[in-house]
Amino acid sequence: MSAAGGSILLVGVGGQGVVLASAIVADTALRSGYDVKQSEVHGMSQRGGIVSSHLRYGRAVASPLIEAGQADVVVATEWNEGLRALPYLRPGAPLIVNLHRVVPPGACRDRLGGRFGYPPLAVDALAREVGDVRACDALAIARRVGSPKALNSVLLGVLATLVPFPDHTWREALAANAPRGSFPANAAAFDAGRALRYPDETWAQAAAAAPAPNGNEGRARGAPATLALTEPWCKGRACGICVRACPELCLAIDGRDRVAVVRPEACTGCRLCELLCPDFVITVHDTVVEAR
Amino acid sequence: MTLGAAMGGARALAAMKHVGLNVAADTFMTAAYTGARAGLVVVSADDPGMHSSQNEQDNRFFARFAGVPLLEPADSQEAYAFTLLAFELAERFDVPVLLRSTTRVSHARGVVHRAPAAGPPAPRFERAPEKFVMLPGYARDRHRALLERLAALEREAEASAQNRVELRDRRFGIVTSGIVYHYVREVMPEASVLKLGLSHPFPAGLVRRFAAEVERLVVVEELEPYLEDAIRAAGVPVEGKAYFSRTGELSPDLVARGLERAGWPAPAPRPRHAAPPTAGRPPVLCPGCPHVTPYLALRQMGAVVSGDIGCYTLAAMEPLRAMDTTVAMGSSIGMAIGLARSGGASGPVVATIGDSTFLHAGLPALADAVYNGTRVTVVILDNATTAMTGGQAHPAAGVTIRGDAAPTVDLRALCRALGVGWVKVVDPYDLAGIRLALAEAVAQPGVSVVITNRPCVEMPVKVRDHPFTVADGACIACQACMNLGCPSITWSSGWHEGRRKVQIDAVTCTGCTVCVQTCVPGAIVPAPGRSGKA
Ligand SMILES: Cc1ncc(C[n+]2csc(CCOP(=O)(O)OP(=O)(O)O)c2C)c(N)n1
Ligand code: SF4
Ligand code: SF4
Repeated sequence: MSAAGGSILLVGVGGQGVVLASAIVADTALRSGYDVKQSEVHGMSQRGGIVSSHLRYGRAVASPLIEAGQADVVVATEWNEGLRALPYLRPGAPLIVNLHRVVPPGACRDRLGGRFGYPPLAVDALAREVGDVRACDALAIARRVGSPKALNSVLLGVLATLVPFPDHTWREALAANAPRGSFPANAAAFDAGRALRYPDETWAQAAAAAPAPNGNEGRARGAPATLALTEPWCKGRACGICVRACPELCLAIDGRDRVAVVRPEACTGCRLCELLCPDFVITVHDTVVEAR
Repeated sequence: MTLGAAMGGARALAAMKHVGLNVAADTFMTAAYTGARAGLVVVSADDPGMHSSQNEQDNRFFARFAGVPLLEPADSQEAYAFTLLAFELAERFDVPVLLRSTTRVSHARGVVHRAPAAGPPAPRFERAPEKFVMLPGYARDRHRALLERLAALEREAEASAQNRVELRDRRFGIVTSGIVYHYVREVMPEASVLKLGLSHPFPAGLVRRFAAEVERLVVVEELEPYLEDAIRAAGVPVEGKAYFSRTGELSPDLVARGLERAGWPAPAPRPRHAAPPTAGRPPVLCPGCPHVTPYLALRQMGAVVSGDIGCYTLAAMEPLRAMDTTVAMGSSIGMAIGLARSGGASGPVVATIGDSTFLHAGLPALADAVYNGTRVTVVILDNATTAMTGGQAHPAAGVTIRGDAAPTVDLRALCRALGVGWVKVVDPYDLAGIRLALAEAVAQPGVSVVITNRPCVEMPVKVRDHPFTVADGACIACQACMNLGCPSITWSSGWHEGRRKVQIDAVTCTGCTVCVQTCVPGAIVPAPGRSGKA
């Protein structure tokens, strides 16, 4: 990156230390004699949302915001967030990305189709698009050298090899900003990050990252199951066990005080109602699974 | 509180988000009449783009509405300098000053050069009822005095160093304020600019002189056409919102595109990587959040839920989807009364409100519900903190904002004192207990209150118990546990009868046990080993 100035985008998930990391980078740039502006947005990040921090340094900086295609480096503490930030990266510029995945619960919602909403960990495809990808499992590295909380410092160590800030400014900024007592762990994590060798390290770490569910592998049921009800046996509101048990809220007690299927399209065939009904009112006909 | 302090002669500053000023407006509007002894500054940050807010109102109108000076800092250095200036103006003109920030200015770091510290005046309260007691007779005089002060302030704004003309290329004259100034400088460094730092009272003369120097006058501002309307009212031809959105944040890119629409040659579009498919990541309730189970139960009961503002507003989203209305801090109970009185609700009407919000603005409506005998249930989600905004203590938390011991409001006794006949405190980690309590509560003929009693797991201290794991062989992939929306629970790579099995992330699981209670086959078991968690 140019010694005259640059733009660094840091992104991740609430709780991963993105804001602290960007404070450390800002402090380092300042100690290296630059003007710095930094602006972050962490909507409701305490609750697992997206955090992004724009940082620009140079002789004199006007706007703190980085425009699309203008970041000289993107530092992502999470895989999906690294992909999301890609349009900000200047073509040809390096992407530093953590291979650790934080899957949002919303990616696991397609219960009938089984479609996994989280992008696959395809490092080779990313490297073809970006060129310079510096990927590592920062969480595993941080845990190995001291504390999993220092994963942000591992990535700062990787960043340090790309920016023109003297070593002592990094150390001073780490010491000044790391939470009390955590400096040794953060310094060790920083050193471990800086010692990684790219591109070899990217491939080694990507190979080691554990496989996770990808796509739907053609194993999802795809269609709802159907229920057969022997209504006269149902005790209605006096019981209501199946209504409370159904994970999909498919069942209700209707005006005749008997069980009724109100959301047939959502039944996943889990059979909880059949298993729990004390009066054998419900039978699940799972044509989907039987047809296999 | 700050007005009282300033009347007592101590410099005082009240900071709040934009919607906070709505609540403070009653006092604020009249404080413009009274003024104070020592400087009174109100700092209010707008949230264009609603990063974490329920609306994106433009608080600059409050300055015009109340008749107080308005300062708009553009960066960290100006935020500092303008705060000093605000106290100086407040004391010189005997009027509160509104310092209006935005999310981008407030959530920022930059280099700040400090000024030598000047000692504040010594506090001393002097009686002056004709100034401080706003009976109509006194207030009439004070309103006239305010208008005189505004005239003097207008002269101040015309000459202020914070309203700066930068003449460059004369084809375009840009009028702007706040952080947008930096965006304009970034994308159009050659344009002439009038940067307004003290933008109310409006320096119409200065704008007229600037307009005479340039061919076209264009206002670039976030949110409402506040400056644009003022310029037009001064009889100066101007353009602005024809090119820029009235909603959301601006950015250098959006400023460049707006100016392009206005006829300024745009720089060639820069190459960029295409956006790959990614997973959405809306905020979610934390693993072990005590707010989860009441909403799970309310949804199953088919209750009509009047929500409020706090972390628990997230219960309106998938998968809990158990909140029907949310409008403003403290509105839940009043709205529940209205919903119940309307006769249109399809199920029992339940208001849900956080402890902090209840103490802030819930009490009057609860007293009203009791007084008028409305049949509603109120769930007070007592997590002993103000979690959504960062874990500030409050009068029922037992500690001061600095962490010292403090007297504690007893919420149960408080509800009884307001006349609520049926109050029950329940453990939200006891799913069956929550279901029973709510079922009993909605069966009451009048007002009933259910109070949950588990602390927030994140603040002020992290609550961690031994984590759980899923015994893969026992999981039947019913995904009942996933209805909690706990972020520690995701799909594993296993399948059962065409459904995904689940796994629990031991690092983030807080061991709250709620998912265990939803698991019919008993597949959720304690993780092996002793808990390493603190
Ligand atoms: C008038 C107003 N002031 C301040 C805020 C900012 N705010 C959002 S949520 C919240 C408090 C939430 O506390 P609580 O109700 O206890 O819920 P918790 O987040 O702890 O679950 C505040 C002060 C607001 N939205 N409106
Ligand atoms: S911060 Fe506390 S109250 Fe908010 S979602 Fe997390 S656990 Fe719940
Ligand atoms: S016990 Fe279950 S619901 Fe509670 S935090 Fe752990 S995984 Fe989430």
